[in-house]
Amino acid sequence: MSDNRMEVRQVELEVLRYNPETDQEPKLQKFTVPCVNEWCVLDALNYLKDNLDPTLAYRWSCHMQVCGSCGMMINGEPKLACKAMLRDYPGTIRIEPLAHFPVERDLVTVADDFMAKLKRVKPYLIPGQPRTLEDGEYKQSPEQLKRYRQYAMCINCMLCYAACPEYGLQPKFIGPAAIALAHRYNQDSRDGGRDERQEEIATNEGVWECTFVGACSEVCPKHVDPAAALQQVKVASTVDWYLEHFMSWVKK
Amino acid sequence: METIQTDVAIIGAGGAGLRAAIALAQADPKIRIALISKVYPMRSHTCAAEGGAAGVIKDDDSFEQHFHDTVGGGDWLSDQDAVEYFIHEAPKELIQLEHWGCPWNREADGSVAVRPFGGMKIKRTWFAADKSGFHILHTLFQTSLQFQNIQRFDEYYATDLLVDDGRCQGFTAIEMRSGQMRCFKAGAVVIAGGGAGRMFPFNTNGAIKTGDGMALAYRAGAPLKDMEFVQYHPTGLPNTGTLLTEACRGEGGVLLNKDNYRFLQDYGMGPETPIGKPELKTMELGPRDRVSQSIWHEIQRGRSVKTAWGDCVWLDMRHLGEKKIDERLPFVRDICISYLGIDPVKEMVPIRPVVHYMMGGIHTDTKAATSLPGLFAAGECACVSINGANRLGSNSLVEILVFGKRAGLSALDHARSQKPGNDAALTTLADAAQAKLRALFMRNVGKESISGLRKEMMDTMEEGCGIYRTQESMAKTCDKISELRRRYQNVALHDKTNVYNTDLLSALELGSMLDCAEAVAVGGRERKESRGAHQRLDFTARDDSKYLKHSMAYYNGLEPPRIDYRDVVITSSPPGVRDYSGAKK
Ligand SMILES: Cc1cc2nc3c(=O)[nH]c(=O)nc-3n(C[C@H](O)[C@H](O)[C@H](O)COP(=O)(O)OP(=O)(O)OC[C@H]3O[C@@H](n4cnc5c(N)ncnc54)[C@H](O)[C@@H]3O)c2cc1C
Ligand code: SF4
Ligand code: FES
Repeated sequence: MSDNRMEVRQVELEVLRYNPETDQEPKLQKFTVPCVNEWCVLDALNYLKDNLDPTLAYRWSCHMQVCGSCGMMINGEPKLACKAMLRDYPGTIRIEPLAHFPVERDLVTVADDFMAKLKRVKPYLIPGQPRTLEDGEYKQSPEQLKRYRQYAMCINCMLCYAACPEYGLQPKFIGPAAIALAHRYNQDSRDGGRDERQEEIATNEGVWECTFVGACSEVCPKHVDPAAALQQVKVASTVDWYLEHFMSWVKK
Repeated sequence: METIQTDVAIIGAGGAGLRAAIALAQADPKIRIALISKVYPMRSHTCAAEGGAAGVIKDDDSFEQHFHDTVGGGDWLSDQDAVEYFIHEAPKELIQLEHWGCPWNREADGSVAVRPFGGMKIKRTWFAADKSGFHILHTLFQTSLQFQNIQRFDEYYATDLLVDDGRCQGFTAIEMRSGQMRCFKAGAVVIAGGGAGRMFPFNTNGAIKTGDGMALAYRAGAPLKDMEFVQYHPTGLPNTGTLLTEACRGEGGVLLNKDNYRFLQDYGMGPETPIGKPELKTMELGPRDRVSQSIWHEIQRGRSVKTAWGDCVWLDMRHLGEKKIDERLPFVRDICISYLGIDPVKEMVPIRPVVHYMMGGIHTDTKAATSLPGLFAAGECACVSINGANRLGSNSLVEILVFGKRAGLSALDHARSQKPGNDAALTTLADAAQAKLRALFMRNVGKESISGLRKEMMDTMEEGCGIYRTQESMAKTCDKISELRRRYQNVALHDKTNVYNTDLLSALELGSMLDCAEAVAVGGRERKESRGAHQRLDFTARDDSKYLKHSMAYYNGLEPPRIDYRDVVITSSPPGVRDYSGAKK
């Protein structure tokens, strides 16, 4: 295993700094950080904080791409800092807080809006047929599991909101991850709550706001494909609309 | 100071804390529940758990077998009454999660699938691919959103418990966004603060696992139990410490030394099983302590693989094939490619043992009550103890559920039985906590740095309290930690502002880790035997005549803790021999 993985090189970082107590406005600050080639951007930030500037604020925890804390703009693209490998960034690396969210401080954004939207779509199982513990588990075939599993992979990293042009223009838009999560439960064979959720997501602030740019799916680090979820919800709610308005006599 | 008055307050919104909150909300929609966490709930480290959760559900399994695997795996240091309660509640909790939507893997007939895990004699580990903890955490978090009476305080850092009239009645916490201190007054408090693996340099733990919960209870007078037992997981990536789940071996991966020899057969775990046919409780499916110790011996014997990141052995999964790896271990594949540039489908992966889990923690009884009235604890920060001297993989994801719920309900009982506290006394305590913080802000920067002290702590913990320990190594570490705790009194902040001050958080977290580290080192030095994860080169045998006991560490200010002992509860399994060879039947 001899290669350049362990080589140390000086990496130029341009980091957005903003402290609401002391700064009028955000500015980029330059640092030169000695980095091991196999590191990720998060390792570089940790080195910076421990050795160069302990006042830098950013979120992280797992360092394994699963807690969803470390989303930031890296050279203008929304990325997980623990997934962005230095080997893929030969030049200066510009690091900014996730786009479309207010900055709380430095690389830390205010996540209130996202958290409220998650809650709004009722992202929990509303049982179709309630069971007691004595009844044991619901039966669910591997195929039924597959219908929603991908949408259950979301780590709430908010990268898709930072990538979404619609969310940038219209902050009321519920947005990709929350809609994908609603869809996840709608698709679950154990669930019976679709109608309740549709009231939130099949609206103008919901899926109809989406112009299907697909940027969300491109940046998603977990292959959730929120764009596909949005599209499926749109199709399904169109069908609902027709059923309600033109087909009501069929039911009678 | 702004005060939040609540019935039950929970510190920690990982698996244990969320489960406690839901149990409370379901028990009574009218009580007020405050759920405090230093990170958003879904960032809690439960999300990192990969392998799965153990619970008896299949016809070939029985409670008795889960009991014996757990007690033997724990080298007879588990309290058997706690284990009995735990194994009986386990399947109920896992089914409950299924009803809440957890995407467990399934058999063709639609029932829940189980996989083999180290030290378990029967396949009983429920799993959701290799993201079990992630799905458990998100299922709990999402489920919790439907309860209006769970009030969350995300990104609040708890600093001090408020103890008046001999009982815990609340705590102070810093709201990260404003930097302001808040006072939480409650009828009962549950601590679910997670583990403390970050006191070691090479670990699988997230940045938040700094032992705050343990330190909070310890400083308030509740003893820490069995802290000397620190679990090494055999298969960490050698550079980042990232965990490769035990399921890699459960699914059939094997460990090889530099000569491509399956060395575990030389350490009482043989005879060798055929490749691709893993056998329970044998070879690669031995328990973590034994497997990690064997790797250490291979390194001593010069049979390890030399890599840029130090001595390793190989984990070979190639024979599993791309399809199975993608279906069962997709995350493992991603992680190896990201951080090592190695695809386990095509190449062997170098691995080395890595600090993973704290068996010890805040002493609780089977009702999750600590020794301090009004204070309850659950999850990795607590020690009931079901894990004894060595936790079996996939028991702790269930422990957080079973005892998280228990802690919530016990706290409710307590809160209901209490008369209102003395408001003025609590406010005085909260003001004192704030004054302490202010003093930290006022201190001028000297020569001690947070990152410097942290590094010295990590180094001495690795040297003295690693996989193999001696009197000399641990005594040295005890002295060093004692010195570091004194020097910590001079640590100052570079950042004197309020909003999201992570310099402040790092300082407080370092304080927690140092307190926990001292309990580990002193507890280890005093336990003159080898048991489970506590292995000594100078006392190599288990000594039931003296140490079939839990150690109890009592906080003693800047002095080292006072260590006391407490009998282990034995109900039906007298101490025996741990046998992990395939020969036994
Ligand atoms: C990589 C990895 C893989 C694992 N795999 C498995 C497995 O397959 N099977 C298994 O059974 N176990 C596994 N484990 C162990 C298991 O995941 C953990 O023991 C368990 O998830 C701990 O849950 P918890 O709720 O106690 O703590 P955590 O999930 O760590 O939550 C702790 C909570 O406390 C909060 N907190 C801490 N300090 C403060 C403070 N001062 N103020 C406010 N809040 C605070 C945090 O914000 C967080 O919300 C694994 C562990 C790791 C690290
Ligand atoms: S859908 Fe993908 S990008 Fe969006 S929050 Fe979830 S994991 Fe992140
Ligand atoms: S630190 Fe957890 S996702 Fe990056």
